Amino acid sequence: MKEQLPVLVVVVPLLTAPLLVLLRAPAAVRILSLLAAAASTAAAVTLALTVEAPISYHLGGWPPPIGIEYRVTQATAFVLALVTTIATFSLLLGARGTRSEVTNGRTHLFYAAFLLCLAGLLGMVVTGDAFNVFVFLEISSLSTYALVAMGRRRRAFTAALNYLILGTIGGTFVLIGIGLLFQMTGTLNALDIARHMTQAEVGGTRTVQVAFAFLVVGFGIKLAVFPLHQWLPNAYAESPSAVSSFLAGTATKVIYFQTMRALLVLFGASYVFGTLRFGLFLGVLSLLGMFAGSLAAIYQTSLKRLLAYSSIGQVGYLTLALSFGSEAGTYAGLLHMGAHAITKTALFVVAAAIVSGVGTDRIDALAGLGKRLPLCAFAFVLGGLGLIGVPGTAGFVSKWALLEAALADGHLGYAAALLLSSLLAVVYVWRVVEVMYFRQPPPDAPAARGLRGYDWGALGPALVLMVASILLGVWSSPITGYVRTAATQLFRGGL
Amino acid sequence: MNASTAIVAALLTPLAGALLVALTGRRPNVRETMTALASLATLAWVLWLVPAVALEGNRPELVLARDMLPGVDLAFQVEPLGLLYALVATVLWPVTSAYAVGYMRGHHETHQTRFFVCFALAIFAALGIAFAANLGTLFLFYEVLTLSTYPLVTHQQTDEAKRAGRVYLGILLTTSVCLLLLAIAWTATTAGTLDFRPGGILRGHIPAASVPLLLGLYAYGCGKAALMPLHRWLPNAMVAPTPVSALLHAVAVVKAGVFAILKVVVYVFGLDLLRETGGSQWLMWVAAFTILMGSFIAFTKDNLKARLAYSTIAQLAYIVLGAALATPDGILGGGLHIATHAVGKITLFFCAGAILVASHKKNISEMDGLGRAMPLTMGAFFVGSLSIIGVPPMGGSWSKWMLALGAADGHAIFIGVLMLSSLLNIGYLIPIPIRAFFFDPKPEHAHGHGSAAHAHGEAPLLCVVPLCITAAGCLALFFFADQIVDLLRPLVEG
Repeated sequence: MKEQLPVLVVVVPLLTAPLLVLLRAPAAVRILSLLAAAASTAAAVTLALTVEAPISYHLGGWPPPIGIEYRVTQATAFVLALVTTIATFSLLLGARGTRSEVTNGRTHLFYAAFLLCLAGLLGMVVTGDAFNVFVFLEISSLSTYALVAMGRRRRAFTAALNYLILGTIGGTFVLIGIGLLFQMTGTLNALDIARHMTQAEVGGTRTVQVAFAFLVVGFGIKLAVFPLHQWLPNAYAESPSAVSSFLAGTATKVIYFQTMRALLVLFGASYVFGTLRFGLFLGVLSLLGMFAGSLAAIYQTSLKRLLAYSSIGQVGYLTLALSFGSEAGTYAGLLHMGAHAITKTALFVVAAAIVSGVGTDRIDALAGLGKRLPLCAFAFVLGGLGLIGVPGTAGFVSKWALLEAALADGHLGYAAALLLSSLLAVVYVWRVVEVMYFRQPPPDAPAARGLRGYDWGALGPALVLMVASILLGVWSSPITGYVRTAATQLFRGGL
Repeated sequence: MNASTAIVAALLTPLAGALLVALTGRRPNVRETMTALASLATLAWVLWLVPAVALEGNRPELVLARDMLPGVDLAFQVEPLGLLYALVATVLWPVTSAYAVGYMRGHHETHQTRFFVCFALAIFAALGIAFAANLGTLFLFYEVLTLSTYPLVTHQQTDEAKRAGRVYLGILLTTSVCLLLLAIAWTATTAGTLDFRPGGILRGHIPAASVPLLLGLYAYGCGKAALMPLHRWLPNAMVAPTPVSALLHAVAVVKAGVFAILKVVVYVFGLDLLRETGGSQWLMWVAAFTILMGSFIAFTKDNLKARLAYSTIAQLAYIVLGAALATPDGILGGGLHIATHAVGKITLFFCAGAILVASHKKNISEMDGLGRAMPLTMGAFFVGSLSIIGVPPMGGSWSKWMLALGAADGHAIFIGVLMLSSLLNIGYLIPIPIRAFFFDPKPEHAHGHGSAAHAHGEAPLLCVVPLCITAAGCLALFFFADQIVDLLRPLVEG
C-alpha cells in the first residue's frame, strides 16, 4: 500500500470524479468529494512526512525513460501536501456557499470538475515526465474553465472564455516547448532530458533556446506573470467562492513549481542564469508585476478582485525569488509559495464568509462590518496582516527569506523594492479595514446577529488557516528546515 | 520558581489580562478589576526579576521558539536597560489603569472594553520589546505594539481619528518595514547574528563608511523615537483618549523607539565602534535640531496636549542624543532619562486629561484661573513641569546633568543645546500653572458657558490620585536616581 502512495494521491480524485457524475445526488456528491480530497491529503501528508531519498514510481511497471515515472522528493511532497490541504479546506467551505452559487442541478458536475482539476494539479506535481506534465496541465485547465464558468454572474462566462483562450495558448506553447525538447533529446523523462542538456551538441543549440522561450511564455501565461496576467482577476473574482479560494492557493502555485523545475532541472541553473542571463529579465518583469499588481489592487471596488490583483503582485515576489538564480532564492520562492498559498486561500475563504453574510463583495457594502460581522472583519484583518508580511505571520518568514536572498546576492535595489511594495499591501488592506471599521453601516443593514449569524462553514476554515499562519510565523523551524532541504535538492537539479 | 518562569509570567499576564477583560466586557466593574489585577500581577513579576539582574548580575534567559527565522530564535533575555524600560512601563500601568477608569467613565467614552483590551496588549508588546534577546524578537513585538495601539489612537472612530490613524500607521509601518527591517536584514547578513551582545556584534564586520548609513536606518527605522522629520505621527496620535497619550505616547510606545535605538547602539554597534568611526556624529546634530525645533513648535501650540506632544518629541531627542554621543555618561543619562521623563510627562498628561474631564477645556488660553478650582491638578502640573525642565529636586535634573556630562567630553556644544532647551522648556511649560494660579478667569468664557463653567472642582478621585502619585514620583526619582544609574552601569563597563 505504502509504495502505491505516489500514484494514489492522483488516482483517488481522478477516479472519484466520474463516480460523482454517476451518483448525482447532491448530498452524497458533497460527502464523497470531501472524502476523496481528504484521502488524497492523507496520502500526500504521509509522503511528505516519510520521504527521504527520492521515490521513483514506475507507472505500469515500465522503467523510465521508456515508461512514465512518478517522482516524489521533499519538494514535490511539500507541494502535494499544500495543494491537497487547500483543496480540502476549499471543499469544506463550499457547503453553504456553493449550494447557493451552483444551482440548476449542476452540483455533481461542479464537484466532478473540482476533483478533476485537483487531480490535474497533483499529477503535474508528481510526474517526472515532461509530456505527462502537459496532459495533466490540460486536465486541470479544462476543468478550471468549467469551474469558472459556473460563477453566479453572467460575467463568469466572459471570464471563463478569456481564460480559455489565453490558457489554451499557454498550454500549446508548453506543448511546443516540450516537443522541441523531445526533438533534440529523444526522451520525455525530465531527468533524462536534463542529462542530455549537459552535452554541448544539445544544450548549445538554437532549438533548445526556442524551446526555452516557448516553455517560459507558456508557463508565464498560466502563472500570470506580468504582463501575461489579464485572465487572472476576472477568473478569480467571478468564479464560485470555493473555486476562487482553491485556485488562489493552488493553480498559480503549481505552475510556479513547474516553472522552477523547468528552469532548474530541465535546463539547469547554470544554463538559464549563466548562459542566457535570464535572471535580469525575469527580475525586471517581477518588479513590474509586484508594483502594477499591488497598485491595481488599491483601486479595486470589489473585495475578490482586490485579492486577485494582490495575487498578481505576489506572483511577482515568487518570480523575483526565482530570478536570483541562487539556492537562497529557490528556498525563498518555495517558502513564499507556501506562505502565500495559505494566506490568500484564507482571505478568499473570509471573502466567501463575508459574501454569504452581506450578499455581495463590493467594498462599499462592507461599511460597518466591524459591527455587523465582527469576526469576519477581524479575520480579514489577520489575513491582511499576513499578506503584508507583519512579523508573527507566515508571510513574514517568507518575506524575510526573500530579503535575505536578495541581500546575499547584493541586490540592494531588489531588497528595497520588496519592502516598498509590501507597503502598497498595507494601503490596499487598510483601505478595506477603514471601510469596515470607520464607515457607518447602511441604515437598512441587519443588526449584529450574534454567533449564529455567521457562515461557519466558511469562517471556521478561515480562522483555522489564520491561526495556522500565525503559528507557522512563530514556530516556523520545522517547515523552514524541510523547505530548505527541498530547495537545495531542487536547485541542484534533483527532481 | 526560577527566572525564566517569571519572564513567561510577566509576558503572559497582560495577555491573559486582555483575554479576561474581553470576556468580562459586559460587567464594567468586573472588567476593571481584571485590568487592575493583571497590571499589579505584571508589576509583581517584573519586580521579582529585579534583584537577580540588579544585585546578582544575572541575565535570565528564555527561548520560546527555536529558529523563528533561520538562526533567529524567539528569545528573551533580561538585561539592565530592558529591565528599566519594563519597570517604567509596568510601574505606571496600574497607575494609568486607575486613571483610565476615572477618565473613561468621567468622559463618557464608548467601547471601553476594546480600549482596555488593546491597552493590555500594548503592555504585552512593550514587555516583549523590553526583554527581547535579539533584533528579530524586538522587531516582532515592535510591530505588535504599533498594531495594538492603532485601535487606541482611532478610538473615537471619527474622520479626524481615521486621518490620524493613517498618519500613525503610515509613518510607523513605513519606517519599520522599509528602514528597520532593511537594517536588521543588513545586520544579519554582515554580522551573521542578530543577538544583542555586550560590546556589539558589528565590530570588524562592517566598513567604517557604512556605519552612519546603517545607524541612520536604525535611528529612522525606529519611527517611534519621533526623530525629526519623521515626528508627525506623535502629535496626530493625540486624538486618542488621554490615558493613551499618557502611558503610550509619553511612555511605552515612544520609549520603545528610543529604547530600541539605545539598545542597538550598546548591543549591536557597541560604543567603541561608534566612537572609533565617528559614525554617530551626524545623529547628534539631528537630535540637537529635534530638541530645539520641538521646543520651538511647542511654544506655538495652544492646545495643551499638542504642546505636550511636541515637548515629548524634544525630550525623546535627549535620549537619542545620549545614544549618539556614545559615551558612558551619555548612555547612562539617556537610560535614566527614559525613567525621569516618563514619570514627569505622564504627570503632565494626567493633568491635561483631568482638566478635560472636569472643565472640558483643551486650550491653554482658556485655563486662566483654573488653579483655584483644581489646585491639586495644577500643583501636580507644576511639579511635573519642573521635572521636565530639570530643576532640582526633581528626577529630571539628574538625567539632564548626566547627558551634559556625556557631552562634555569633546562635544561641549551640545551642553549649550541642553541649556538652551531648558530655557525653552521653562518658557512653554511654566506659564500654564502661572496662568492657572495667578490670572483671573477670562470674562468672555465665564459669559460663554454661564456660571456652570465655575461649578466644577477637581476631576473624579480616580483621576486626581494617580496624578498626585506620579508627581510624588518625580520627587522620589531625585533621591533614587543613583540606584537606577547603578542598575544601568554594566551597560558601559566591560
